[in-house]
Amino acid sequence: MELGRVEGNVVSTAKAGRLKGRKLLLVNLVGPDTKPSANHVVAVDAVGAGEGEVVIVVRGSSARQVDDLANVPTDTSIVAIVDSIEYGGKTVFRKGA
Amino acid sequence: MKLGRVTGKVWATAKDPKLNSLTLFVMQPVDEHDTPLGTELIVVDTVGSREGDLVYWVGGAEATFPFNDRQIPSDATIVGLVDRVDIQPDGNA
Repeated sequence: MELGRVEGNVVSTAKAGRLKGRKLLLVNLVGPDTKPSANHVVAVDAVGAGEGEVVIVVRGSSARQVDDLANVPTDTSIVAIVDSIEYGGKTVFRKGA
Repeated sequence: MKLGRVTGKVWATAKDPKLNSLTLFVMQPVDEHDTPLGTELIVVDTVGSREGDLVYWVGGAEATFPFNDRQIPSDATIVGLVDRVDIQPDGNA
């Protein structure tokens, strides 16, 4: 999986039938330091993530292992909202801090 | 499978229920000489890894079935701890 920060919503009217009703978010992929990168992905949200939150993104067919997304044509899903990250023995990220 | 070094830990309360009770680590993929390869990943642990451990992990669809009774939404899963890697002087394992 990868870490990412939710940067915004992707609004789409014309989409695959099985994507109807799914929230799509624009996610900036980041490292443990949560600093912005040049890489963005569009992800189906499975956990109610919101703008500014650091999340965990799953890619590939694994992205459909969320029960609710079994038949959804996605290769990128958000499966967790990060509370904190410890890296090299130090807390490098804390939600809301 | 590939080698990796556990470098950190991630806490997440709001997550897919299938990930409940599983530990999420930050892991740096490495080669047989412990040289970093590519960017760090978030991985699901299934073997009781700790920070600093050398592990081996599976990626892609195979990462979804480390358990007999269920599949999990993971694309990178630690499936073993490395005790030792033996490499012959000529470079062959």
